[in-house]
Amino acid sequence: MTQPTTVTADESALVAAFEARIAAGESIEPKDWMPERYRRQLIRMMSQHAHSEIVGMLPEGNWITRAPSLRRKMSLIAKVQDEAGHGLYIYCGTETLGVDRHELVEQLLDGRAKYSSIFNYPTLSWADMGVIGWFVDGAAIVNQTILAKASYGPYARAMVRICKEENFHKRQGYEICATLANGTPAQREMLQDAVNRFWWPSLMMFGPSDTDSPNSAELLKWRVKRKTNDELRQRFINLTVPQAAAIGVTLPDPDLKFNAETNNWDFGEIDWDEFFQVIGGNGPCNRERIAARQQAQDEGEWVRAAATAHASKQHRTVQAA
Amino acid sequence: MAASVKDSPNDISSNGKDTDGQWSLWEVFTQPGKGAPHEHAGSVHATDAEHALQNARDVYARRGEAVSIWVVPADVIVASAPGDAGPFFDPGNDKAYRHPQFYKVPRGVRVF
Ligand SMILES: [Fe+2]
Ligand SMILES: [Fe+2]
Repeated sequence: MTQPTTVTADESALVAAFEARIAAGESIEPKDWMPERYRRQLIRMMSQHAHSEIVGMLPEGNWITRAPSLRRKMSLIAKVQDEAGHGLYIYCGTETLGVDRHELVEQLLDGRAKYSSIFNYPTLSWADMGVIGWFVDGAAIVNQTILAKASYGPYARAMVRICKEENFHKRQGYEICATLANGTPAQREMLQDAVNRFWWPSLMMFGPSDTDSPNSAELLKWRVKRKTNDELRQRFINLTVPQAAAIGVTLPDPDLKFNAETNNWDFGEIDWDEFFQVIGGNGPCNRERIAARQQAQDEGEWVRAAATAHASKQHRTVQAA
Repeated sequence: MAASVKDSPNDISSNGKDTDGQWSLWEVFTQPGKGAPHEHAGSVHATDAEHALQNARDVYARRGEAVSIWVVPADVIVASAPGDAGPFFDPGNDKAYRHPQFYKVPRGVRVF
C-alpha cells in the first residue's frame, strides 16, 4: 500500500485512472491503488474524526452521575457508549489505510493529533446535555450524512452506521431542551444560557470558511469531502432556526435573518480568532481533556495486561493438550 | 497438538499480540436476521477468539443489529487482487448464454 512519492509517467497514468473512477462515482477500497496524498488526507481526516468521537465522551460523561432521572441517566450512558463505538468504527476504517490504532492513540495523547474544537468547552449545567445533543450531534449529522457518500468505502460505510445512531443522540438532546423550555423560569434560563454558550462554537465545528481552507479543493475533487464547510454550516443553521423557535429559545445572533432571495438564514460574523485559539490548544478545557484521556489509558493498563495474560494462558493450555 | 487457527491467527505470538505490540486484528461479520447472509461489519482488536466475539458484540451489535456474529483473524482471509479484477472475473463476463435474456421466447408467452 505504500506508493512512491515521486511522480513517474506510470504514476500519472494511475492517478488519471484513479480520478476517473472517482468521477464515475465508484468507491475506493483498501487494496486499490491510491495516490499517497489521498491516503494521507484520509488518515488525517478519519483519525481526527475518530479522536473527536472519543474525546466527545468526556463533556457528557461529566453529567452521567448527576442526571436528573434514571431515564435520562440510561439515555446518556447509552449515548456516550455509542460515541465510543463511533470512535472504534472509524479507527477500524483508518487502519485499512495501513496505520495502527495504537499509533493514532499516541498521536492524540502527545498532542500531535487534532480533534473537534467543540469538545474543549466545559459542560456547566444539565441543560448543556440537551444542547450538545441538539446542536453538536445535529451538526455531526449534517456533516456525516454527506460523508456517507465519500469516495473511500470503509469511511463511507462507517458513516452509514454512525448516522443511524446519531438520530437517537439528537432527539434525546432536543427532548431535554424541550422539557426544560416547558419548565420553571429557572430551567428556561438555564437552557437559554446553554444555547448562548454553545451556538457559536457549534457553528465553528464545520471548520473555517472554504476561502481559508487550503485543502478544500483537492478534498472535494477526490470526493473525500462532498460539500464545502460553508455549505454544511448554512444547512445546519437553516435546520436549527425553526427548531429553536419551536421551543421558544433565542439563538444569540442579532444578525440572524431569513433571506428570501437565497432561502437561507443569513448570520453574523464568526469569531475565528477564538476557533484558532481552541484548535491551537488554548481552549478552556484542552489540557483537561487530554489529561483525562491519558488517565484512562494509564488506569486501563491492568485490564489490557490481564486480557493478554489470560489469552497466553489459554494458548498454552491448548498447546499442551 | 497445535492450536486451531481460530484461537491463534498466524501473526500473533503466544501473548496474544501481533508484531506491533497491539492485539491482533479480527474481521467481523454480522447476520442481520435469521436467514440473511453474514455481512462484513468492520473489525476489532482482541487477544483471542472469545475476546474478539465479545468486542464485536459490543461494537457492532448494541441495538439488535445481529442475530449471529462471525469473527475471523484478518490475516487468514484470502482476497482477490483489485488490479486483476478484469482478467480474474473474465470467465464469468463473456458468457452471455448464462443469462436468461440470451434466449428468445415466442411473442406473447409468459415464461415466468
Ligand atoms: Fe458520534
Ligand atoms: Fe453522537
